Amino acid sequence: MNIAVCVKQIPDQSVPGKLDPGTHNLVRDGKLILDDSDSYGVEMALQLVDRAGGGEVTLISMAPNGEVSGIRTALAMGADRAVLVSDPSLAGSDALTTAKVLAAAIRRNPFDLVMAATESTDGYTGTVPVQVAELLDIPSVTFAKKVEIENGILKVQRQTESGYDEVECPLPALVSVTAGVVEPRYPSFKGIMAAKSKPVDVLDVAALGTGPLTTSQEIVSVRAAEERASGTVVVDEGDAFQQVVEFLEAIKVI
Amino acid sequence: MSLSKIWVFVEPSESGVSTTSLELITAASGFASTVEAFSYGVGSEVGQILGEHGASKVVVANGLNGVLAGTAIASIMAKRISAEAPDAIFFGSTAEGRDAAARLSAKLDLPVLTNVVNLSLEGGVLLSENAVFGGSEVVSARFKSSGPGLYVIRAKSFAPEARGGSAASVEEVAVGDIGSAGKAKIVQSHVEARSGPKLDEAPVVVSGGRGLGQQDSYQMIEELARLLNGAPGASRAIVDAGWVPYAYQVGQTGKTVKPTVYIACGISGATQHMVGMKGAKNIIAINKDADAPIFTIADLGIVGDVHKVLPKLIEAIKSRS
Ligand SMILES: Cc1cc2nc3c(=O)[nH]c(=O)nc-3n(C[C@H](O)[C@H](O)[C@H](O)COP(=O)(O)OP(=O)(O)OC[C@H]3O[C@@H](n4cnc5c(N)ncnc54)[C@H](O)[C@@H]3O)c2cc1C
Ligand SMILES: Cc1cc2nc3c(=O)[nH]c(=O)nc-3n(C[C@H](O)[C@H](O)[C@H](O)COP(=O)(O)OP(=O)(O)OC[C@H]3O[C@@H](n4cnc5c(N)ncnc54)[C@H](O)[C@@H]3O)c2cc1C
Repeated sequence: MNIAVCVKQIPDQSVPGKLDPGTHNLVRDGKLILDDSDSYGVEMALQLVDRAGGGEVTLISMAPNGEVSGIRTALAMGADRAVLVSDPSLAGSDALTTAKVLAAAIRRNPFDLVMAATESTDGYTGTVPVQVAELLDIPSVTFAKKVEIENGILKVQRQTESGYDEVECPLPALVSVTAGVVEPRYPSFKGIMAAKSKPVDVLDVAALGTGPLTTSQEIVSVRAAEERASGTVVVDEGDAFQQVVEFLEAIKVI
Repeated sequence: MSLSKIWVFVEPSESGVSTTSLELITAASGFASTVEAFSYGVGSEVGQILGEHGASKVVVANGLNGVLAGTAIASIMAKRISAEAPDAIFFGSTAEGRDAAARLSAKLDLPVLTNVVNLSLEGGVLLSENAVFGGSEVVSARFKSSGPGLYVIRAKSFAPEARGGSAASVEEVAVGDIGSAGKAKIVQSHVEARSGPKLDEAPVVVSGGRGLGQQDSYQMIEELARLLNGAPGASRAIVDAGWVPYAYQVGQTGKTVKPTVYIACGISGATQHMVGMKGAKNIIAINKDADAPIFTIADLGIVGDVHKVLPKLIEAIKSRS
């Protein structure tokens, strides 16, 4: 069982995101970290390979400046190797371009399953995984909250508006997972040490051989959203519920 | 100058078609002279309501046979797109909507704009407003390329409006063989029942988060919601923990709600949660941490323990009736 896991490396989300006023691209200075949303896919892949009794987990990432800090975190969790695509020409790529790059990187090694998060934390278009699946010409199941493989069949519980669907499909396939799918492990000290010597292939676009890549939308302006002002804040001394009652009365809810 | 044709992916609901779909049809009919819907799992009677909202035709996919709907619709659209040449295609920001947009995008090399919260037509070009960074900034964007742009639009960005047009004509098409993408099949659907008004339509929403401490405490949320004729909701944290089904989730990846009052209990106020509820007319928050971000948008904030405030609040409201 060989699994390719897409892992996005993103700016630290405790610092609010910013767009460059000139290029309207996301400002990515400072160290990038593993998108927390992708730690679930990494964990799920490790467990599936383990249950299958062998195989490799290969990380696939596209990030600027040969950035590997986030990849190292996922290698420390137990992934075997990584392919990183890094090229100045990819700055400001849109979702489809990103998908073309990831699909080309995935194709370099044999795979049975591709894993991704349902949406990233910073861009959250939520379209990259299915675009990758279409480019690889494989089936996809998004919003997975439970993933199993039995006799070469992928079995997924997929979240729906009203509950969940049981979806099955043959491998190879792509699955995008939610944060409820599994509890990610913390890298151990041994894992962190081992990660330092695991192979990371760093490629540019020429080495990928995708042909020309263009981004076909542009941002024309950026503004702050209207802010909601905050109102009254009271500290509960045992009777704050009374204020809630009065508030609900004032707006005629009760 | 208006556009000539917009396609809209219309999703079914228990009562016919989803409210978000009607929002998209209404919006599209403000920008284009012809609006055509693509749907599945609906009867021909939906032609009436779609027509009233501005669609002239609805193409209904038949024989899905377990194939995921977004995949099936993308395949049907892809086959007709060059002959019928729509100027734009609208999708709701749902699981199926995103699947359909993503498949179509990669099939036909068309770009997508996502998290769209508003659209305008300027000089014959659609300009979208997209909520980014959890809705704290809004970017205006447009497509540079030719060919229809794909727009994935958030719920409640437009108001649905029945303008009384005649019924849309209904064209049924068979899904047929859609290649390897069609190999993923639904073998069984599970409906997790919920009672009371619908979360995204209820005038009152009472939501609980991780601050409830344990699953049992969610009963307080349900009881308060029931007393106020509202719907219970949740943060993603407790959906992921398995305390409540996904259908309860409010936020970026869940429902967008705009009730008269939203009561957040033990919810910190992450940007991804707030993007789904900050359109509420009134917000009440109960959180024991005075620095919780939810207080920055609350009209009434109670710094306190949900286990102390909620039982008293429930008693007080009960004793009134
Ligand atoms: C605020 C903002 C808004 C944007 N809006 C749009 C838009 O409307 N349309 C558009 O085309 N582009 C948009 N972009 C650009 C888009 O985010 C990037 O192209 C990004 O590289 C991929 O999209 P995503 O993060 O939204 O992916 P998503 O589809 O949300 O990501 C889902 C999963 O795919 C995998 N994945 C995604 N990117 C990578 C990567 N670089 N390396 C490895 N795995 C990855 C991960 O598993 C990830 O969790 C936006 C960017 C920003 C910062
Ligand atoms: C891509 C992406 C998409 C996401 N989509 C969503 C989404 O759709 N919806 C969503 O909700 N989240 C979403 N999230 C998750 C979001 O970032 C937060 O993790 C989540 O909203 C936190 O839930 P919470 O507020 O219940 O928990 P926490 O952040 O853990 O907050 C719990 C709060 O409870 C308070 N508390 C603790 N004990 C008590 C007590 N006894 N009484 C009162 N207060 C108490 C604490 O002070 C704290 O503020 C998404 C995240 C990502 C990355």
